[in-house]
Amino acid sequence: MKIELNVNGARCAGDVEPRTTLLDALRDNFLLTGTHAGCEHGVCGACTVLLDGQPVRSCLMFAVQADGYEITTIEGVATAPGEMSVIQDAFCETHGMQCGYCTPGMILTAHALLEQTHDVTREDIVEAISGNICRCTGYGQIIEAVEFAADRLKKSNVLRASTAAQTGSAEGHDAPEKGVLETAADAPGKGSK
Amino acid sequence: MLAADEDARVIAGGQTLVPMLAMRLARPARLVDVLRLPELSGIREEDGSVVVGATTRQAFALSNPLIQKSVPLLALVLPWVGHPPTRNRGTVGGSIANADPSAEIPLVAVTLGAEIEAMSPDGPMSTPADDFFIGPMLTTIGLGECVSAIRFPVWKHERIGVGFHEISARRSDFAFVSAAAQIAIDEEGRCIDAALGIGGVGDRPVKLDVSSLIGTRLESASLADAIAAAAVGLEATDDLHATADYRRRVAVTLCTRALEDARNRASGEQFPGVAR
Repeated sequence: MKIELNVNGARCAGDVEPRTTLLDALRDNFLLTGTHAGCEHGVCGACTVLLDGQPVRSCLMFAVQADGYEITTIEGVATAPGEMSVIQDAFCETHGMQCGYCTPGMILTAHALLEQTHDVTREDIVEAISGNICRCTGYGQIIEAVEFAADRLKKSNVLRASTAAQTGSAEGHDAPEKGVLETAADAPGKGSK
Repeated sequence: MLAADEDARVIAGGQTLVPMLAMRLARPARLVDVLRLPELSGIREEDGSVVVGATTRQAFALSNPLIQKSVPLLALVLPWVGHPPTRNRGTVGGSIANADPSAEIPLVAVTLGAEIEAMSPDGPMSTPADDFFIGPMLTTIGLGECVSAIRFPVWKHERIGVGFHEISARRSDFAFVSAAAQIAIDEEGRCIDAALGIGGVGDRPVKLDVSSLIGTRLESASLADAIAAAAVGLEATDDLHATADYRRRVAVTLCTRALEDARNRASGEQFPGVAR
């Protein structure tokens, strides 16, 4: 079957069997091997990708079912080639990984969580990553990494995607300054979304 | 399509069926994907009930204001259903059709006396939840039929409280035992309506008769008496995870906690938020 998926903002066309999972299509057809195949029956969360920003298990859906969604894999979270996202950096700095197998899933899950709000409690983080298994049991540093990233995002002037889109379209070239002001104004309160 | 091929299976969220395919426990010849049929999705109020379309995602139902306001027991249990990534794909109707004895959504359907609506080649059907679940992973759904919606009754009383407790090996794992309760009280704190259900104990969720609580002030002694009377002859499964005796004992404890929570929330003593 012919498929054409939107992966990390690019159109990816391929020819797959109807029974091919999204996970296999991403890895084998599109060579995006950052998405890891763990248990392949929905238990471990290593294959987590974002569908329209929400974390889902790519081993539990067929590639043909992913038509029409914006798919984000670990290859799509960095801001530029050679750069890392704030969350990826935080995982490095707090040693939030050991063997690295669960890391792409953990990072995408954290991205989805921190996209909603930067004011996360430890409990929110634990709940968010409850579907991701770290076989090295390095959960302590993973939670620390997400807390660290949340804190850094809260203190930085980095805009979240939704805010950036809003200010960008409404304010034209004033967008950067406007963004700084808004973020500063939001800082003491809850996340702006 | 479903009726024409006896080896065809319905797929919606796929959070249970795809693992079964991966482990070769199910080998359907054909999968019929119903996820994008608009008439099977969505949440609406109708004739004093809240109707949840079968392919409504669990995550969507969890954040839906109508569910939170009118079916608070469902809102309370949804955070216990799987994990965030599985709730993003998993559907309410899928959990109902799968009929896992320890699943939370079937437990709420049985406890509240919901109606399970289905489509068949002969037209629409409706079955009370209590009759719909006939055993572990077994329902009255036949060949060529498909669950279309779940109709949850809405309690009209002013003061309603809900409670839910479950015990499992790990967070969001299958529950050994779960208990769900919904209670309505009048201004003086007397019980006007009470519903209690347990899951995971036997081979399907069951509703317990706690009508003896109506008219009482839901003191701990009346709760204990009602639960003891209702739990007589409770069928319990013995397996690797827990013995039947353990399940029966825990069921009584969790029923007590669920009813106490419901009572306290109804009387405003406990913040009506989701606790886990």
